[in-house]
Amino acid sequence: MNKRISERVAQGGFLLCACASILAVSLICLFLFGSGIPTIVKLGTWNFLSGTTWKPANDVYGILPMIAGSVCATLGAIVIGVPVGILTSIYLARFCPLRLYRLVKPAVDLLAGIPSVVYGFFGLMVLVPLIRSVFGGTGSSLLAAALILGIMILPTVIGVSEAALRAVPDSYYEGALALGATHERSVFYAVLPAAKSGILASVILGVGRAVGETMAVIMVAGNQVRMPDGLLKGVRTLTANIVLEMGYAADLHREALFATAVVLFVFTLLINLLFSFLKRRAGQ
Amino acid sequence: MTEYPNRAARTSARLLRLLVTAAAALTVGTLLLLVGYILVKGIPSLSPSLFSIHYTSENVSLFPAVINTLVLTALSLLLAVPIGIGSAVYLVEYARRGSRLVALVRLTTETLSGIPSIVYGLFGSLLFVTYLGWGWSILAGACTLGIMILPLIMRTTEEALKAVPDSFREGSFGLGAGRLRTTIRIVLPAAIPGILAGVILAVGRIVGETAALIYTAGTAAQVATGLMSAGRSLSVHMYMLWVEGLNTDQSYATAVILFFVVAGINALSALLAKKLTRG
Repeated sequence: MNKRISERVAQGGFLLCACASILAVSLICLFLFGSGIPTIVKLGTWNFLSGTTWKPANDVYGILPMIAGSVCATLGAIVIGVPVGILTSIYLARFCPLRLYRLVKPAVDLLAGIPSVVYGFFGLMVLVPLIRSVFGGTGSSLLAAALILGIMILPTVIGVSEAALRAVPDSYYEGALALGATHERSVFYAVLPAAKSGILASVILGVGRAVGETMAVIMVAGNQVRMPDGLLKGVRTLTANIVLEMGYAADLHREALFATAVVLFVFTLLINLLFSFLKRRAGQ
Repeated sequence: MTEYPNRAARTSARLLRLLVTAAAALTVGTLLLLVGYILVKGIPSLSPSLFSIHYTSENVSLFPAVINTLVLTALSLLLAVPIGIGSAVYLVEYARRGSRLVALVRLTTETLSGIPSIVYGLFGSLLFVTYLGWGWSILAGACTLGIMILPLIMRTTEEALKAVPDSFREGSFGLGAGRLRTTIRIVLPAAIPGILAGVILAVGRIVGETAALIYTAGTAAQVATGLMSAGRSLSVHMYMLWVEGLNTDQSYATAVILFFVVAGINALSALLAKKLTRG
């Protein structure tokens, strides 16, 4: 009898714990949407999303430059990080000798663990001066942001792609070898296509990281509010907009920043959804 | 050496091999450059005055930030670890397959792990700082971080629990133990290394976090005097040094310390994971 009660209580307790993440997501949605959506409606959805002027002093809030900034920085990060990441994951999964693997794998993990402020600082002290001296300008630019984000998404892309490559049954590889293909050809033309969904998922996850990254971008991107025009000009991303102005914003300005966060949140929700979908397809 | 059917095959094979090796070298090279730069510039910048108990604008001490980071880490773990483990236990040991609740928990957990840290920061400042009226405080920061690391703890614990062989459970049931006893006495102890590896990774996330803390725990440079007082963590300290724009040397020094903490955490986590796979 006693045992049955304690079993029941325990099960209830564990169930409550399991509901914590549901509660957390509900609260986040409630508070963010609750304070952001009325503002978006008040400012006019279309004006807010497509306005190219952001002048808090005049109560003019248009976030298109920041949306474009986030999109451009993320695209740049993909162009830089994804090819290197996928090729590295192929190397790790199919080419790397075990001894070397024991060194390279922890290196990739370490890359994932380094705090974003340290990346930002590195970008500020090394990449920005480099860009300044090679291409001119201030150096704080879309290019710098794309480079640093490209480095930062590497471990994500490598980790998920490597897992996807390893999940491909060995029979694919062996079949290709038996047909007379070389090791390299078997990997690239039999294993790689089979891991397509998983690799795509790794790219999506990398996109999520890049869109949401804040500190590193702030430190290297220049943060001028304007539509991106050229790799060497400064840009401001959605995340940077929030952090830079939240400290002193009040009233409508503050609410407009929460509205910016809503837009960012919706972006990441869509990216998440796409990622779960691809992961599920890769699992089948 | 491998034999190739013809020259074209050999050339393309070599090219592909060169390509992947170069990519891996580039990845490792980037890490080495980054780490090398931070160490070379940072280690000479470490000086005793950086470790004074009180921060002044003269010594720019990072020691208060270290203390705040420790407190923040302990508090957020205290919040997230029990809930995360309990939740994983429910999913692995109790829930029925294909239940709707489980699907919902998984969906929300995946959502949580994809939310950018600045969004967590704004949520924390809306709920804890403003709505609950805690103001910028260590407690608000720790609660925000607790929610942020919850999915990580859940996922790693789940994997650790799943790795425990079913024969353990069957043996325990066979001896007449109930599900609760089996879970606490048999399954959880066997999963401890995996759970710990996850907790250590979570510590890494907390230590490296900035965006979620600036508007929840605040940026005060002194040691927080209580749960309700504001205080900056080490990462926030480094960001504030950039905002103030004066103290490059101290930034290097902070970067070195952050790097050593993260490297130590990674090594520890890898060690535990290795122990787990060895069984």
